[in-house]
Amino acid sequence: MSRIFVHGLGAVSPAGWGVPALSGALKKSEPLPTQNLPRPGWEKPLRIRAVPPPPAQPAFLAHPRLRRASAITQYAVGASREALGEDIGRVQNGELRLGIVVCLMPGCVTYSRRFYEEVLGDPATASPLIFAETVYNAPASHLAAFLNSGTVSYTLVGDDSSFLQGLALASGWLLNDQADGCLVVGADEMDWVVADAVRLFERQSVQGAGAGALYLRKESSTKPALELACITDAFLFSTARARSAAAQRMRAQLPEYHPRELLCLGTQGVARADADELAAWTDWMGVRLAPKQLLGEAFTASAAWQCIAACDALGRGDFNAANVSIVGANEQAIGARFVNPDFL
Amino acid sequence: MLFPLPKPSKAPPRIVITGAGIVTALGTGWRTNANGFRAGKQAFRPVTLFDVSRQRAKIAGEVDFPQLLPPLQLSQKQLSRLDRATKMLLLAVQEAWLQAGLTPGENLPLVLGTTSGGMALAETYLRHALRSPQSQRQQATRVMNYQAQRQALDVCDAFGFSGPITIISNACASGANAIGHAWELLRAGHAEQALTGGHDALCQITFAGFDSLQALSPTPCRPFDARRDGLSLGEGAAILVLETLDHARRRGAEILGEIIGYGAVTDVHHLTQPHPEGNAALAAMRAACASAGMTPEQIDYVNAHGTATLQNDSTEAAAINRWAGARATTLPVSSTKASIGHLLGAAGAVEAVVCLMALRGQWLPPEMSLKKIDPACRFPVVRELVDKKIEVALSNSFGFGGANASLIFRRWA
Repeated sequence: MSRIFVHGLGAVSPAGWGVPALSGALKKSEPLPTQNLPRPGWEKPLRIRAVPPPPAQPAFLAHPRLRRASAITQYAVGASREALGEDIGRVQNGELRLGIVVCLMPGCVTYSRRFYEEVLGDPATASPLIFAETVYNAPASHLAAFLNSGTVSYTLVGDDSSFLQGLALASGWLLNDQADGCLVVGADEMDWVVADAVRLFERQSVQGAGAGALYLRKESSTKPALELACITDAFLFSTARARSAAAQRMRAQLPEYHPRELLCLGTQGVARADADELAAWTDWMGVRLAPKQLLGEAFTASAAWQCIAACDALGRGDFNAANVSIVGANEQAIGARFVNPDFL
Repeated sequence: MLFPLPKPSKAPPRIVITGAGIVTALGTGWRTNANGFRAGKQAFRPVTLFDVSRQRAKIAGEVDFPQLLPPLQLSQKQLSRLDRATKMLLLAVQEAWLQAGLTPGENLPLVLGTTSGGMALAETYLRHALRSPQSQRQQATRVMNYQAQRQALDVCDAFGFSGPITIISNACASGANAIGHAWELLRAGHAEQALTGGHDALCQITFAGFDSLQALSPTPCRPFDARRDGLSLGEGAAILVLETLDHARRRGAEILGEIIGYGAVTDVHHLTQPHPEGNAALAAMRAACASAGMTPEQIDYVNAHGTATLQNDSTEAAAINRWAGARATTLPVSSTKASIGHLLGAAGAVEAVVCLMALRGQWLPPEMSLKKIDPACRFPVVRELVDKKIEVALSNSFGFGGANASLIFRRWA
């Protein structure tokens, strides 16, 4: 048995808390309004798309490990709860071994900035409570504690493409019987430091924030079933390797255009940033979705939203298969394919 | 394809180590480090990289670099932008690369562990953004190069191979997790060779962070000492070339040792404190033994996580006592952090190389700074150079956030 199925989806995004909010925004196909974020030392604010507060304070935030946790952890836990659905009780009771992979790019940047600002003020009085939250694997740790899950947990760091590596890693754990289920989470949070850094590379980019989670199992439970059909190789790009070539090689490992298939792109709607990916997919005549164009650049969270959009569309029966294309910010190009196996 | 996975063979292949590279405050390279660890030398000195005048602790295990980096396939521009962490990483990779006799080519998985990548560059970025907000000079370069994936890409460019790259940031267990993950990749048939290890450089945010937790000792650390008072930070990198046994034999590579077990679990007790009875540490050691088909009686040496904080060492001692049972009273244990400090994301990788050194040299690395052993330790802590026949060594790495990992190595004879 070497098949992997998507058992649940969860999302926190600038569209709101939950997959329905994300789906609704994608269906509308209109970029969400931007907000202004002050940047110290500048009169002109940065443009962002922030996660709106939840309609009511989620009860899970009262958990002792989550009360002081940063936004990135709250997003990760929010998306994970939704993805796990009723299985959350089985995990918390120890009936289900849950592997956790949390994928980050900037990571816990808000508390890192705050802590370093304290250090610059006077390192002798910098807060240890904040420091603990700066560590890359703080969200994974809080999530595991919230779920009472002592099974293996990794935090992967990389560009947006690392989310698909996380899916591959989790699939390996499942097939090797190291876990009964795996949660793969992409999460990144909002801070002026990141929005400022994004602007350095592409002035038209708008930073988003949030999280997305896929809950994987070896057996199918959803109707229709959502199967992870493949994840391409990871094609690096760097000073010595062209990003365009990496995108083309990724594209070549995914199937040719089919009218009953969806393409979920990682494009932002910014010509220069999107050029390599769009060039790789010129042959695709069918329906395309690009969540980042509507929600903003949220790195690994954006990659997760692409996969969620793909699975959500398959779940509604709109398509027989969906391809996800990620040409990352600064590391590698990877693609994935989800299918409804009834149509294979 | 990363997925679906290749069809598994009847049994997972044996995974051997054919190259190792190491950079620590003891020096650069296997020989210098082996001599230092064997002698129990300590390599701490006053911190010179940033201002520590307002910190409780003022020492660390700083690395001295050779005057010139080895010849690499990097442009002058790339070379000029290398940060401290990347330089250490490149030095370690080069030693492992040459030892294994690797050649440039495609598809060599690179699995790295780090806690902070090039964090010193991020610090410079933030300082500049706060103090000179109107100036963007070099800011894009700092943003690009502080990221851990940039350092991994520099390795690929420098040695002429492509990944995939996987970067695991499981706090202080990152290096061990990286090696364990690479081991699993090869056993699952993803590749026949992989480059893996960890790296971390000293930076102010980390130093001030551990100081704020009052986890740093003002004096060189003394793991498992009854009067220990905290850890010492260090920096460094270590890289292993892993290979399936068949592949290594086919190309006639020299085999340095074998990885036979890996266990990884999560401690959900607290963000920064281990479970007081060491439940997760115990589970990691048991899982590693289970995957190796070994019992504690068959382990000849434990390279402990042994940070010298009150909590880690008492917890780890409890876990080793429980895991080893009657064997504990004769099981030699030491923490090589006594020599070089805690290397965070590099610790598990450096300690893997130390285990290899011990297995190949048939000696146990001592803790010369140890004065009075914590009575919680039912096991003997190695305090002086011991030449001893050892076949199997276990290495522990435990991290913030509850990442616990154990690796088991076997001597190659």
